[in-house]
Amino acid sequence: MISFFAGLISGTIMYGAPLLYCTLGEVIGQRAGMVNLGLEGIMLVGAAAGFTVAAGTGNMWLGVLLAALAGAALNLVYAFLVVNRQANQLASGLTVMFLGTGLSAMIGRSYIGSGISGLARYQIPGVSAFSWVRSTMFSYDLLVYLVVPAAVFAWWGLFRTKWGLHLRVVGEDPSAAFAAGLKIPALQYQAQLANGFLAGLAGAHLSLAVARAWTEGMIGGRGFIAIALVIFSKWHPLRAIAGALLFGGSVTLQLQLQARGSSISPFLLNMIPYVLTLGVLMIWGGVRRFAAPAALGRVYSGEE
Amino acid sequence: MPKNWLSALARYVFILTVALIAYAAVLLLAGKNPILAYIDTFDFTLSSWYGFSEVIVRMTPLLFTAIAVALPSRAGLINVGGEGQLYLGAWLATWGAITFTNLPASVFIPFLVLLGFIGGGVWAALAGFLRAKGYVNETITTLLMNYIAPLVVGYFVYGSWRSREPGASAFPQTAAFVQEARMPRFFQTRIHLGFFLALLILFIYWFVLEKTKWGLKIKGIGGNPEAAKRMGIEVNFYLIAVMFVAGGIAGLAGMSEVTALHGRLRAGFSPGYGFVGFLISWLAGGRPLGILAMSFVLAIVFSSGSLLQITQGVPFAAINVLMAIILFIVLMKPNLRRLMS
Repeated sequence: MISFFAGLISGTIMYGAPLLYCTLGEVIGQRAGMVNLGLEGIMLVGAAAGFTVAAGTGNMWLGVLLAALAGAALNLVYAFLVVNRQANQLASGLTVMFLGTGLSAMIGRSYIGSGISGLARYQIPGVSAFSWVRSTMFSYDLLVYLVVPAAVFAWWGLFRTKWGLHLRVVGEDPSAAFAAGLKIPALQYQAQLANGFLAGLAGAHLSLAVARAWTEGMIGGRGFIAIALVIFSKWHPLRAIAGALLFGGSVTLQLQLQARGSSISPFLLNMIPYVLTLGVLMIWGGVRRFAAPAALGRVYSGEE
Repeated sequence: MPKNWLSALARYVFILTVALIAYAAVLLLAGKNPILAYIDTFDFTLSSWYGFSEVIVRMTPLLFTAIAVALPSRAGLINVGGEGQLYLGAWLATWGAITFTNLPASVFIPFLVLLGFIGGGVWAALAGFLRAKGYVNETITTLLMNYIAPLVVGYFVYGSWRSREPGASAFPQTAAFVQEARMPRFFQTRIHLGFFLALLILFIYWFVLEKTKWGLKIKGIGGNPEAAKRMGIEVNFYLIAVMFVAGGIAGLAGMSEVTALHGRLRAGFSPGYGFVGFLISWLAGGRPLGILAMSFVLAIVFSSGSLLQITQGVPFAAINVLMAIILFIVLMKPNLRRLMS
């Protein structure tokens, strides 16, 4: 029983962390008025590029860095279409999704089945006294330890800096932002670069620390779940932590039940995260419109 | 009018040419031979009657899934759930095919068509209901439901429906359907009834939208839902009904694939037809002739995907890159975008 709960807690944290990185990026993007359905593709490219570099060079952190940069670079496609060409946001996002799905399959192709050491785990100091609980409960890689500080940093950036204020004005009322002389395109590009960077990082965390493998399509809809979690979090970085833990918990519960030889079909268990996400959205749905950035999804041409 | 038609054609040709050149560059970077790839694709698809007939076979599910996106888009709904609706249509049709095994074909086929329609329709109507009641936007629900539907199929195909025939039971699939449950094929090819059904639905789609009061109302809702509500149109009813019909049409894609081609239900049988339907509808701007033309082109892209996997070791998923390039070009050029919308 203790090992069951220890596994549940450590799994919740491990599966929650990459989702939180991705959700934080999308919170920043949506605060600037843009919905990006391309996250799935960006995470896939991050996972494939990170794994390829890590397996090729043996340097895990080089993989993480390049995955994040590749994610930011890929998201320039979205930023270009939405900011410079005023294209439809959903279609632009799906362009990135298609692109990332295809590119990741090409990048990762020769690395299917390769093994890597994975990101190094570090024990939380001072808990070795509790050696009766499974040690994994207190041992994570650096990206896990950094994810909550990252959420606090995103909150600070969005709500305690001039940059964040400007970004939110763009998302709430672009014509006011224009009248105030803000550089709207620059702010939107910055938001999408951050979004792509974090989604790429999240993908690499999945392939380098969580799965320690690359398989085609391994993101499995997490990019879309992140968008759902943004709604759940009411566009707030700190509330996103709760959303990511909830989702991470549902994935882990499902895996733990399978590992324990539960008689429930794995197909039904695999549905839990998606059904839970839908359920949460439904419950939250009624209030969301009061929290969403007012200009979310609109095309701003700068002439209004 | 013919001039308009010609300039539209010229723009499509322009888009495709630029896309093929860009994709050639991608293949070249991946260390493949794009010229050989294009020649092989042409040989495989358009140079023989058999190859052409296989393109028509590939085109059939794409027609269905494209209409399933185009119809709701007229009411301002974004249905990105064609893939899930396709799976559920196949699932319910399969239930019918393996449960009622002694019906005559003249009853069986229409019955399975109905089941396929209901399966996909109810699945999509769920998203329509949530949207109409103001809970969740249909884009995110239909996207998430795409991941649930294949699991529903997997649950049955790996479970109680799994074939017990020797040989066949090694794969996750149901037993073969009886002959009366198989949609007929024509011209000694694999072209099947589903193709003609898709053409019929494409015609009905055009007729309803352009020639009936329903179409007027649907377009009114898409144009300005508030005004439509004030004019006394039952907006919520239409949102749910349109999603039901659209999902039903996507369900027919799954139903016809399963009953005409495979003759049994297999786990993961769709290579992403639902997502491509979105692309086709977008490129065609919802126009019936555009849907026909773009489905044909994307069917060739799909055929080349399977071919290049074998001849040059390019993963099948790489066709997503080509599709992304096409979308990118359309979205980038404002004058092309106006043409499409």
